[in-house]
Amino acid sequence: MTQPTSPALRLEGIVKTFPGVKALDNVSLDVMPGEVHALMGENGAGKSTLMKVLGGIYQPDEGLIYVGDTAVVMSNPLDSKGKGIVFIHQELSLAEELSVAENVYLGELPVKSFGRVDWETLYKKTDTILAKLKVSFNARTRVGDLSIANQQMVEIARALTVDAKAVIFDEPTASLTDAEKLVLFEVIADLKDQGVGIVYISHRMEEIFKMTDRVSVLRDGQYQGSLLTADTNEEEITQMMIGRKLDLTRAPLNHELGDIALEVRDLSCGSSYRNVNFQVRCGEVLGFYGLVGAGRTEIAETLFGLRQPNTGTILLDGEEMHIRSPSAAIRAGISLVPEDRKTQGLVLGMNCRDNMTLPQVDDMTAGPFVSDGAEVAVFDLYRDRLDIRTPGWRQTVGNLSGGNQQKIVIGKWLSMHPKVLIVDEPTRGIDVGSKSAIHKLIRELAASGYAIIVISSEMPEVLHVSDRIVAMFSGEIIRTFTAEDVTEDNLIQAISGIKSK
Amino acid sequence: MISDFIKRNLSTSAIWLFIIFELLFFSIAGHYLSFSDGEFMDLGNMLLLLQQSAPIGIIAVGMTLIMVNGNIDLSVGAVFAIAGIVMLDSMTWGMFSGLGDWVIIVSWILALAAGALLGAINGLIVWKTGVDAFIVTLGSMLGYRGLVFMFNGENPTSHLNWTLVDFAEAQFLGFNTATWFLAGSVLVIWLVTRYTVHGRNAYAIGNNRTAAVNAGIRVGPHMVINFVIIGFLAALSAVVFYSGSGSVNPNDGQLYELWVITAVVLGGTKLAGGSGSVIGTLGGVIAIQLLRKGLGYIGADTSTVNLVIGLILIVVLFLDRQLNVKGAQELKV
Amino acid sequence: MANIARQRILTVIGKQGILIAFMLFMVIFALANSNFLSLDNLQSVIRSSAILGVMALGVTFVVISGNLDLSVGSMMSFSTIVVLDLHDKLGPNLAIPTMYLMTLGLGGFIGYLVGYLRLNSLIVTLGMLSAIHGLTLTYSGGQNMDIADKSNTWFGFFGRGEMFGLPVPIILFILLAAFLGVLLAKTPFGRKVYAVGGNPTAAAFSGIPRARTVFTCYLISAFCVATAGLIQASRSMGSQNTVGQGYELEVLAAVILGGASLLGGSGTILKTVIGILILGFIQNGLLLMGWPFYVQFVITWIIIILAVWLDISAKRGKLWASI
Repeated sequence: MTQPTSPALRLEGIVKTFPGVKALDNVSLDVMPGEVHALMGENGAGKSTLMKVLGGIYQPDEGLIYVGDTAVVMSNPLDSKGKGIVFIHQELSLAEELSVAENVYLGELPVKSFGRVDWETLYKKTDTILAKLKVSFNARTRVGDLSIANQQMVEIARALTVDAKAVIFDEPTASLTDAEKLVLFEVIADLKDQGVGIVYISHRMEEIFKMTDRVSVLRDGQYQGSLLTADTNEEEITQMMIGRKLDLTRAPLNHELGDIALEVRDLSCGSSYRNVNFQVRCGEVLGFYGLVGAGRTEIAETLFGLRQPNTGTILLDGEEMHIRSPSAAIRAGISLVPEDRKTQGLVLGMNCRDNMTLPQVDDMTAGPFVSDGAEVAVFDLYRDRLDIRTPGWRQTVGNLSGGNQQKIVIGKWLSMHPKVLIVDEPTRGIDVGSKSAIHKLIRELAASGYAIIVISSEMPEVLHVSDRIVAMFSGEIIRTFTAEDVTEDNLIQAISGIKSK
Repeated sequence: MISDFIKRNLSTSAIWLFIIFELLFFSIAGHYLSFSDGEFMDLGNMLLLLQQSAPIGIIAVGMTLIMVNGNIDLSVGAVFAIAGIVMLDSMTWGMFSGLGDWVIIVSWILALAAGALLGAINGLIVWKTGVDAFIVTLGSMLGYRGLVFMFNGENPTSHLNWTLVDFAEAQFLGFNTATWFLAGSVLVIWLVTRYTVHGRNAYAIGNNRTAAVNAGIRVGPHMVINFVIIGFLAALSAVVFYSGSGSVNPNDGQLYELWVITAVVLGGTKLAGGSGSVIGTLGGVIAIQLLRKGLGYIGADTSTVNLVIGLILIVVLFLDRQLNVKGAQELKV
Repeated sequence: MANIARQRILTVIGKQGILIAFMLFMVIFALANSNFLSLDNLQSVIRSSAILGVMALGVTFVVISGNLDLSVGSMMSFSTIVVLDLHDKLGPNLAIPTMYLMTLGLGGFIGYLVGYLRLNSLIVTLGMLSAIHGLTLTYSGGQNMDIADKSNTWFGFFGRGEMFGLPVPIILFILLAAFLGVLLAKTPFGRKVYAVGGNPTAAAFSGIPRARTVFTCYLISAFCVATAGLIQASRSMGSQNTVGQGYELEVLAAVILGGASLLGGSGTILKTVIGILILGFIQNGLLLMGWPFYVQFVITWIIIILAVWLDISAKRGKLWASI
């Protein structure tokens, strides 16, 4: 095979640091024209940061980016597109009311005199591109009327308006049916034939092995290496992703487990999750591990009354429950520390104490008034217990560090003395020191009798903290592991959709 | 798919169905309840209707563009009054005394320029400070009205120029001048929204602002242009109206923003922006005017009309929400 | 380093800008007219601000909860007309509670639409502005309302009476401000209002009933409007049916001037009271200087824009924000 000389896209020594965190540590990578190059790594490994650097959203602190032979600097997304690097993101950025053609050429509509749109040229150019993609809709269709898969095709069509040198797909098959996936793969094959360099970010092993030529792995911001797909296998890639070191040992289970606090049977909710069955006992930590979109958060939302299931039963302390709202969940004894503390967990403009006592503010009264004393007492208790660093309870929560904010949310829900505590991403965006403190706390809470569900996308965390782990993929529970039979390898494989061998 | 198609077209064709319903209702009800002799649906009445729709209609056309863009303009009533004053008063200025009837053209230009300028001020403030259009124009509603009063206190500003009045009352091809201006505005803005880059960008920005920004569309200047357009149209509406009436009260134009927004929302433009059409707005304007006329015809007075219009706005909002609520899987937050 | 110092100064100006501007105005007015700071004048300002002030108290709740109420002006006209009319038909003892009930009914309707049906509060209250105006006109038959026998009733107490040396309107204002201030700052309900306005999602995730909280805020606003109508009716013992027209803007201006964010989640009764006073003093100062009343519109406009701009920039950390 005659090799074209230069890579379509090359990264050399990219470094990107944020306060407290080195997101990318000397990453080098190259993508050849006509190659489908997979980029893999756990959550937090640096993939999305790398993509944002390529996309012009972040500037690298050090290192160079080459498109073909030319070193480029990209100061914004438009720039990056102009240089021939195109993204197909997970969140589509389309204007649904406009036609396909207008979206494909958004911001670049061909014009005639007086600012009039040159519709003929527009439709003709769009049709040409759409023909290349062999799609079933035409350029005049309103984008809002298309299925998600077809909308994705529109995004891809946008990519082809420029002479793309590299196209980067970020988890493209997340919302596609099997049939739609096949169409996508054909499109990618076509792009490949046209000599475009393709970066394919995905966790789905099956697809990686079907479609890609090479695989590169990032771990903790560092480049681990590139392998020819044909020459490697799942285990090898998995090991590169997680490494051998697992410096957090599993905390021992040294207390008795109580009764079953929560049981879920055959719970289904549309396309979010199906046939979910599990139990949590008092004193136990049940971990939920999986990719974004696997359905874990949706289950938590259902337990907390934010989402109604289509079928199935929820039993709390053996009693069947229909949880219709968060206040109902709270009354029943279920608390949720939500995924996004800033938009869901805290009122950023309020002070620490008020945030912490919000769910129970009706009960902390002396007569008709809120009892300052009672509130401050609660705050002080959890401030000491969780080691929350703040100048005082009057501090606006928005000014605290991420770790302390998270502790406020945790304290808020602990003070409700729930039967079941659900924690969704307990340490997202938190520094290492606070992370281990929170993990320790979760183990202590279990030891004192709470039934706890932890949802996490970080493997060391879920392994360290859980007594059992539920592995989910695409809305289904693939397998439930106990502390004894889980390993890093089989866990990764389970959440990538590979049922046990 | 079919239900989506129906849902979408329901909101655009609904307004025309509503108009037909009104025509039928008032014609029939009028037989029993009316005190006047003529039929409700006679040609003269309908032509008058179009003429009377012009003041609100011309502004509503501009408001459509603004709302599609994701903004709103509450100051249109005040701009209307200012433009009227500028037009009438400038005809009496000393420096134009030698122009004879040509002063009319000059006064029109001045009035339109005033409207455009006030619109530009709104747009610039929205762009440069990042403050929401609603607050900015709420403030200018107050401020511009203050300017109106500052001009002549609480006295009306009047000037009668018979050539102008003749022009305003003239008819071309059976339609009154005002109607022509309304038709012209609708046509021009319709062309802009359908066929120009600026118009299509307005939909893009209203629909998905981030995508628009990322695609390189310069949102700030775009918005300024839209505000200038609506300012200009508010002034045009005043020019058309006051040419015939010859006198401006400092309180004129109050509540115009309500009528205009009601017409636009009634005509199918979404509050959130990104969708809407000028033709639909025209329908909304006619529907409201028809309602006023019809209620008057069967003996209701202005107060009932106000009541009904206000309630209709709320009902439309409610329907808008019903038709746009996403599936049951949305979080119940 | 200079940058950080400058940032700090700008932040302080952003937060206290209104107060600073207000003090400047006061100084200018005081210098321009020696009467400005006299006790008589001060009392007269506060008295004439009482009606707007009472309305602003209620609107504060609505704004903090993240919504708007543009209908307060016409609702006040409604209350005034109704209570005057019922006074002669039912006697003051029945008229007053009846009027309150009717006004609360209107407020509850709006609260239902915005709170439970989740309709857009700007457009809903804009529509209600017109609808209530129409309602008032229909009710009054287009006539102005007058109490037939003005001397034979105690009704004038609210608008014209005096207690402990202070005019009753001022006392009512102070009482209501104190009561609502405590309600907002010290009770669970008040806490919920801030939560719903500050972050409706997080409030829902904490089990706070959003619909009910918003609904109650509109009830409170309606109560305040009814009180304002009572004072107005009682003071003039007769009224045009457009008496409250335009008040909604001034009330909103006062609330904004007081520093409440129109996005919800911040503001206090005290700040609104300050906002009302600022408006009142500006109007008064301009009057004393011989400026006609409408100049205050322009001045208020400029101040509002500046206030909101500073508020937004302080939050964003930069003073020149462009899209």
